Amino acid sequence: MSAIAPERTGVTSDRTGVTTDRTGVTTEQAIEGSQTIRLAPNYWPFVVPALVVVGAVIVFPWAFTLWMSVNRWTLGQSRSFAGMENYLRLASDPRFWESLVHTLTYTSLSVAAPMFFGTVAALIFDARFPLRGLLRGVFVMPMMATPVAVALVWTMMFHPQLGVLNYLLSLVGIPAQEWIFNARTVIPSLVAVETWQWTPLVMLIVLGGLASVPREPFESAEIDGANAWQQFRYLTLPMIAPFLMIALIIRTIDALKSFDIIFAMTQGGPGTASETINIYLYNTAFSYYDIGYGSAMAVVFFIVIVALSFILLMLRQRSQWIDAEGK
Amino acid sequence: MSSNPFKPTRRQVLAGTTALAAAGLAGLRPSFSASVDWKRFAGTTLDVNLVKSPRSDTILKYIAEFEELTGIKVNAEATPEQQQRQKTVIELSSGKPSFDVVHLSYHVQKRQFEKGGWLADIAGYLADPTLTDPGLVEGDFAEAGMLFAKDSQGVLRSLPFSVDYWIVYWNKELFEAKGLKYPETFDQLVTAAEALTDPSTNTFGFVARGLKNANTPVWTSLMLGYDMTPLDDKGKLRTETPEAIEAAALYQRLMTKSAPPGVTGFNWAEAQSAFLQGKIGMWFDGVGFAPPMENPEKSRVVGKVGYGVMPKGPKAHASGTFGDGLGVTASSEKKEAAYLFCQWAVSPAMGARLLQAGAGVPFRKSVLEDPKVREGVTMPASWLDAVVGSGNISRLALPVIIPVTEFRDIYGVALTNMIAGADPAEELKKATAQFQPVLDRSEQG
Repeated sequence: MSAIAPERTGVTSDRTGVTTDRTGVTTEQAIEGSQTIRLAPNYWPFVVPALVVVGAVIVFPWAFTLWMSVNRWTLGQSRSFAGMENYLRLASDPRFWESLVHTLTYTSLSVAAPMFFGTVAALIFDARFPLRGLLRGVFVMPMMATPVAVALVWTMMFHPQLGVLNYLLSLVGIPAQEWIFNARTVIPSLVAVETWQWTPLVMLIVLGGLASVPREPFESAEIDGANAWQQFRYLTLPMIAPFLMIALIIRTIDALKSFDIIFAMTQGGPGTASETINIYLYNTAFSYYDIGYGSAMAVVFFIVIVALSFILLMLRQRSQWIDAEGK
Repeated sequence: MSSNPFKPTRRQVLAGTTALAAAGLAGLRPSFSASVDWKRFAGTTLDVNLVKSPRSDTILKYIAEFEELTGIKVNAEATPEQQQRQKTVIELSSGKPSFDVVHLSYHVQKRQFEKGGWLADIAGYLADPTLTDPGLVEGDFAEAGMLFAKDSQGVLRSLPFSVDYWIVYWNKELFEAKGLKYPETFDQLVTAAEALTDPSTNTFGFVARGLKNANTPVWTSLMLGYDMTPLDDKGKLRTETPEAIEAAALYQRLMTKSAPPGVTGFNWAEAQSAFLQGKIGMWFDGVGFAPPMENPEKSRVVGKVGYGVMPKGPKAHASGTFGDGLGVTASSEKKEAAYLFCQWAVSPAMGARLLQAGAGVPFRKSVLEDPKVREGVTMPASWLDAVVGSGNISRLALPVIIPVTEFRDIYGVALTNMIAGADPAEELKKATAQFQPVLDRSEQG
């Protein structure tokens, strides 16, 4: 900062023109030091708004959730400190562990299926054929629908007596299914809805990746006699890997926090067959009003999400494009 | 209070005459007692929180009448049941709710509201002749209503608004085709349900709620027929008793042998839809779900539906009873004005409107027994007979405890598992072991 007056720091100039102070420190060093010491206090007010916002919307809710999780607190009753009681309760709560398994199953399937179908769709829509634009527009339409509206429509379609799906099955001689009304088929049925709605998102991301893939390596591969599968496996797939990773991260986060479709279609049933942690947490906090226990569940679920995100970010680092110099 | 109908008290005579006067109903402007100073709180603004339902729709429809009568301005909000329950509990537990009058579901919230101390004592208002219509007396409410409205100390905390008895809707056409009569006992109910079932024609003899939580009242209502309730008078669970197991086994048999596939996902709405298609012999649920039966736009069974009182169980004849009421919040600064609103909402005029539209059944006997009111009822006479008949054998179907939702959830899962083939005794044992600590914790705080 040139505005700092040299005389204030007791600066003198020697014959070589290098400016030093009494301690032998150069002006440049002194300016740097004085900036740190004297100017920093003038800047901190500018950070306050950001700190307040971050504190209010991120730090405080989390601190409050942590505090609630160590309290015995049901709405309408007195609150008391419970220490780790809620966490110990979680460890011995079979319904929590069951909901964790449901969450992981639902998430894995709801990520894998749209990733597969979305990639296939992207490869199809990357090719040139008549009405491609129109069909691509139609294909992305499910993504634009409101999840609750989607859930209601599919619930009607899944109805064992009145639903269109069983009618279609009956046309080809397949017996009626119970879809979301049976404990064994409920999660695959819910995943089918999730896949129907979110495959287009994966398709759009991968399509973007395919558009950025250079043509030259494919021309070389063709000259070398590589078939279509080999071109896909050794050229296309590595080159769209970063895009697939982005789709994977988005889908995983989306599937983990999925609530609306499950709640609107099954409310976690039949029984607890499709109860994910989100649904159990919601029921605990807002149907049973057991705020302390619900908060402990939220904290544990948060840790699970952070761990998964960490793994995904590590994988993303590994999927980056690497040039010839290894950069 | 005299319980002999031939020796009425002065208050009961006043109640009867006022009820008759107030029943100047259909199309006529209802009269309200001149002894009450209705304008006493003119200029006040009240905030009212209601559950969205045909019952609250009736209140909202006529709210201008209350405003004109009292000069009180009403800001009423009606939200769907689940959201309303969450909102009211959160606000009430904060100590500063945004409403003066709250609509509560007794069968779920009664004990919770008592424990929280959220409702004002209105017994004094009821006894005040300048504030209360002489017709509004405790004796005019069905017994279940007063059980709901008073807390464990016997203090009146709300006014009973609408009652829901569980009845059996039955398809007369299907019964006639099989030469069957309406069942009078549980055994006959099972026999008829199985005789009516023919999967090859997609016809099923029985449907009821199979969805977790929603299904628990079906079981507890059946349990009443075994003269058993989920808890005894001291609050001890009786869900593993032979009677409870028998009721669960009955539920399992009806739902596995006579109900349509996928019934584990059925709440009342899905069961009602199935019944409206004309392929279901009997549907067991609340009397308040009747209006669509007789609506040609929604129903294929118009004119074919019988409305039956719950068949007799092996040990008792009982109709599971549920209800809702209106209370004044303890923190309200306008308690008396809020009480006037509650009084107007449960008045004979409003009760008659509810009943005649099929929107609900008032708790007040003077309304149900009034011939003029009965004449104006749009539902078939057999429906009204089922209402009155159920009222005579009414018993609370859910326990009066704080964790009603957990009770319904935990036992609901057990019932769902039974439909999938699990053993009733084992499931009830597991559910009881799971619920007991929840129940213990609930009264500790």
